[in-house]
Amino acid sequence: MAASATSPVRPGFLPREAFDTLLRALEGAGYDCIGPRVEAGAILYRELNTGSDLPQGMEETQAPGRYRLRETGTPRCFAWACGPQALKPHLFAPRESLWRSERDGEGRLHFQSTAPEPRPLAVIGVRACDLAALALQDQHFLRAGNADPYYTRRREGLFLVAVNCTHPASSCFCVSTGDGPQAGDDCDLALDELDEGYAVRAASSRGEAIAQQLPLQALTEAQQAQIGREREAARAVQSRAMPGGNLRDHLFNAWEHPRWAQVAERCLSCGNCTSVCPTCFCHQQVDVPTLDGGSATHYREWDSCFTQNHSYIHGITLRPDTRSRYRQWLTHKLGSWHDQYGRSGCVGCGRCLTWCPVGIDITEEVSALLAEAGS
Amino acid sequence: MNTSLQVPWQAEVVSRVQETPSVFTLGLKLDDPAAPAPYRFAPGQFNMLYLYGVGEVPISVVSDPEHDDEIQHTVRAVGRVTHGLAALRPGDRLGLRGPFGRGWPLEAAAGQDLLLVTGGLGCAPVVSVINYVMQRRERFGRLAIVQGVKHMDDLIWRERYEAWAGRPDTEVQLAADVAGSGWNWHVGLVTDLFDRLSLPVEQAVVMLCGPEPMMIAAVRRLLELGVEAESIWLSMERNMQCAVGLCGHCQYGKDFLCRQGPVFNYPDISDRLGVKGF
Repeated sequence: MAASATSPVRPGFLPREAFDTLLRALEGAGYDCIGPRVEAGAILYRELNTGSDLPQGMEETQAPGRYRLRETGTPRCFAWACGPQALKPHLFAPRESLWRSERDGEGRLHFQSTAPEPRPLAVIGVRACDLAALALQDQHFLRAGNADPYYTRRREGLFLVAVNCTHPASSCFCVSTGDGPQAGDDCDLALDELDEGYAVRAASSRGEAIAQQLPLQALTEAQQAQIGREREAARAVQSRAMPGGNLRDHLFNAWEHPRWAQVAERCLSCGNCTSVCPTCFCHQQVDVPTLDGGSATHYREWDSCFTQNHSYIHGITLRPDTRSRYRQWLTHKLGSWHDQYGRSGCVGCGRCLTWCPVGIDITEEVSALLAEAGS
Repeated sequence: MNTSLQVPWQAEVVSRVQETPSVFTLGLKLDDPAAPAPYRFAPGQFNMLYLYGVGEVPISVVSDPEHDDEIQHTVRAVGRVTHGLAALRPGDRLGLRGPFGRGWPLEAAAGQDLLLVTGGLGCAPVVSVINYVMQRRERFGRLAIVQGVKHMDDLIWRERYEAWAGRPDTEVQLAADVAGSGWNWHVGLVTDLFDRLSLPVEQAVVMLCGPEPMMIAAVRRLLELGVEAESIWLSMERNMQCAVGLCGHCQYGKDFLCRQGPVFNYPDISDRLGVKGF
């Protein structure tokens, strides 16, 4: 029953009924636990107190402009690909205050940082695509310049329990971007789900310390073979694909391509894609004074390159139409990211096409742009 | 944890000059125990000025980097924040954080002839260079200052330009598209002025600032005149909110203006300059 005393811990089997030992071990180590739960017809990361909170028996359908959950009776809790949220809102908050200013009776201003002091957070059920997106957000917020203190504080206390994806949706294309469906070592624990429980592998020393406390059993050969088959099937099932390689030059050469105007006919410029995208980082700053005028709070909140204000500069909007905004989004995501962060900003999660109200499919748009690009 | 780049310091307005009906210069003194002393910056860099309860705007610094008495910013009242800044008077407080970005290549330009080209009201970043050079005249070769405006009344600091014209090894050429009586300078485009200079422009280090169409036309003409692309530097403008390379608004292709700019070497942006949508 007890975990092996040798280190590192070998992958072991955690029976489904023992899942709560993982939550208790994490809580004992000081973490608040969040994990997937069904809310408002979608799977969202919410507070997780017990394994019975998990979306057991639920599967999903995703397609351009479509997301539906359905009850299938599967014993599994992770038989779905991804909900609308990635890790992004838990690190790069949708809205947070940066600082507060107070004005005293003499008109003096007093500035106070409002950097958060978050409790350590464990996230259960992280997907490989989201780990890849996290690595990109880490580059942007932690390493490109001075580390952002607001992001840093949440990131430092983050414990990641990945669950390898066995049920990619039709919207998924992480195989083509090289980001999934199987998690690598950039997490703390990596799980494979079986009907009867989980194979648990420690990927960090913190993960090992937790794994030591779990009632892990030996993983049978049959279980290992089953995991291998499911991993392979999860790769094989993906039919969507992002064209490979560095698309930067192709896309910038297609700057005047008629496809931009065609997609703009359909695009509502609503910003759903940038909200659900796990790597989009744009945000705006707003100052909110109190009614008595005695203090003001300076917030940052998610912004989108699809808004009119994003490219506003003293009286001019540099990207006045949807065509130029969609082009900005796509050429940044798949082009400029290579220069900025050494790879594409797309991890193949497919959220942008699922949550697009008119079902614009990024892979289809890119293929069209490449097919007749002026390169 | 260091949040100093993202949280302003308090600054006091110590001087205010109304340059034109809509342009004014604020002299500021940092008045915050958390602020660095002395405050240091390079010409061409900018600060984020915070108007209490309203918001922030990026404004380049026009005073001399070694002038410790006050940090000067020349501002045009165009939006909510800048109209509010225009109402500030000596003794009033505001927030300041900075400096941000890369300034002009003044180290590399030492010993060389300089051609400074400005247009419209966007001349403050270049005026900081003119002031810098005037204070250290022996470090640089000949200096040519070329400034163009739409209407002669748009020209601020005309007395300064006329005074600079009288300095040794310095020539000034001004142009206005629209001019009336009292305008002794060229009527036409700023690009017409390069041919009138006695300075051999092809050897000069060129620094440009102003509306993009002006800079694009100027670069085209300068290249025709034999100026090396690598000798041309431009100060660019985009929406700026965080100033620390995070918020994404100032992206200009692959570059974040607040980090890789606002001053760019022409070959580094020649693929984008003048292309709509960037």
